[in-house]
Amino acid sequence: MGREKKHNGPIIRLDDVWKIYQMGRMQVEALRGLSLEILPDEFVVITGPSGSGKSTLMNLVGCLDIPSKGRVFLRGEDISRLSESELAQIRGRIIGFVFQTFNLIPSLTALENVILPMTFQGIQRYEREERAKKLLDMVGLEKRRHHKPAELSGGQQQRVAIARSLANDPEVILADEPTGNLDSKTGKEVMDMLSRLNKDGKTIVLVTHDINLLRYGDRILHIMDGRINERGGK
Amino acid sequence: MWGDFFRLSVRSIRRGGTRSWLTMMGIFIGIAAIVSLISLGEGLHSAINEQFELLGPNIIYVTPGAIFRPGGGASKLTDHELDIVKKVHGVEKAGGIISRLSRIEFRGETEYGFVSGLDPDMQDLFLDGTGVEIVRGQERFKSSDTYKAAIGYSYWSGDVFDRSVDIGDILRIDDKKFNVVAFVSEIGNPEDDKNIYIPIETAKDLFGVGDDYRVIMAKTMPNADIDDVSEEIKEKLRKDRGLDQGEEDFQIMTMEQVRKSVGIVLDAVQAVLIGIAAISLFVGGVGIMNTMYTSVFERTQEIGLMKALGARNQDILYIFVFESGMMGTVGGAIGCIVGVGLAKLVEFLAARQMGSGLINAQITPELLIGAILFSFIIGCISGILPARQASQLKPADALRYE
Repeated sequence: MGREKKHNGPIIRLDDVWKIYQMGRMQVEALRGLSLEILPDEFVVITGPSGSGKSTLMNLVGCLDIPSKGRVFLRGEDISRLSESELAQIRGRIIGFVFQTFNLIPSLTALENVILPMTFQGIQRYEREERAKKLLDMVGLEKRRHHKPAELSGGQQQRVAIARSLANDPEVILADEPTGNLDSKTGKEVMDMLSRLNKDGKTIVLVTHDINLLRYGDRILHIMDGRINERGGK
Repeated sequence: MWGDFFRLSVRSIRRGGTRSWLTMMGIFIGIAAIVSLISLGEGLHSAINEQFELLGPNIIYVTPGAIFRPGGGASKLTDHELDIVKKVHGVEKAGGIISRLSRIEFRGETEYGFVSGLDPDMQDLFLDGTGVEIVRGQERFKSSDTYKAAIGYSYWSGDVFDRSVDIGDILRIDDKKFNVVAFVSEIGNPEDDKNIYIPIETAKDLFGVGDDYRVIMAKTMPNADIDDVSEEIKEKLRKDRGLDQGEEDFQIMTMEQVRKSVGIVLDAVQAVLIGIAAISLFVGGVGIMNTMYTSVFERTQEIGLMKALGARNQDILYIFVFESGMMGTVGGAIGCIVGVGLAKLVEFLAARQMGSGLINAQITPELLIGAILFSFIIGCISGILPARQASQLKPADALRYE
């Protein structure tokens, strides 16, 4: 699995995006005419209080959802023109996800969890296993390959999740509150790992409400009432 | 990729623990019932066919009485009817059998059983027509023989009296002494195995009857069409008795007709039983569907995650259909094992109860493979709707689900 050729423009672009939820008779505007570009090699931190639209924005940036209005471009391609299957395949190649609750599949071992995204890309078994082993070695879990999530600490589980996010060698790592369930020491280790990945050329999009993590970002996007207020970074 | 989906399905089933087993139980009960019923039914079919094959295919049986006619059982078959049968074109030879329930005594013990009088001239016909053999002793009654007896299997095997009856022993039948001269082979039916055969003239004396045959047996000539001959016998006897068509007070059968009739009845019984088993299989399928819906509900977040990781809708569909198909397959495989066990148990109990190998479960690879394949298909079909629901979940909604 070779890394795909880098796109010259923004990897992800949101153009006047609205997300409106229908709650009974009421309409809730989670995002209101929001535009945003994620450029290659950036470390972008998206922050904001609860209910500000952070999660909705993360879903759109991660191409997990489509906007009510406006357009989302993934490597220059309007995602609304893609079928669900095409979008799933492209998403699996371009974006790696790290979640607050790790979201590992409990019945699979660490190695199998890392292999899973490669399975959906149809990569050969031998290649998948070799790559997954290397990734687990990279995050320091070479001795925990065959352990199931329940047998791993929170920090170890998040490291498995980071290894999994790198499985298809994506351009972007989208991390949603990756330290939210970790103690401060383990949280720092995870953030240092993301920082290293950014230095190695990965684009990182971090969604957090923890102000201590803002320092990691090249660019900080503060979201409030469905709109973005951009600030500088480090 | 299929191998990976298979592994994912197996892991999920194992994670399901007791619930998975209970779900599979729904399938294995149905499959066990179907496997055991089909194997026993097939065994019974072939056993009956084998029995019929032993009997002469060119023998016509005329019996008194009509099943569907009130009072029909009162008619008699006499020497007059026997003569009519003998004269029918295509009949090589014919003879009658007299039979009565009699009191049989041996060394102070008393039992009751049927005693049949055989015409010495028609012994070969009788042996052909009933499939029995003389296994020991005098091969045939001579025309000069009186008060001699060929005894059924139950007597010489020791099933009737405390001591088994031997050649040369004396039996008292309805207070008359009979010398045991031959052993008749095992038939497999306890009632028939408890029959005693004596010369016909002795039987007439013993029972005080002249000519009241329980059955007239006629052997057709080698080039004769048995159906045509039996139709002619029927017509001649009906005319002789002055009866209209359909009003016959006697019955005419060939072994082929009996075999077909028995086959139809067995098929019908088997179809009803398998229908009942199929209902349980349907319930098992609903059980799988229920479990799969629960599983989709519980694993919503996992489905969202897999979609985030690049799983397409059809990947999710295949994973869940595989899972339900696997549950069906494992349930079916266990069902086959249980079904074979049940069939063998019935076979064993029947052999013990009836003292014969009449019911032999016929377990064929086709039956087992078919049953497992059928279970897989039921599992897959049951899983389609839940799997479709899973595949159509929106990743963002599914990931948010708790």
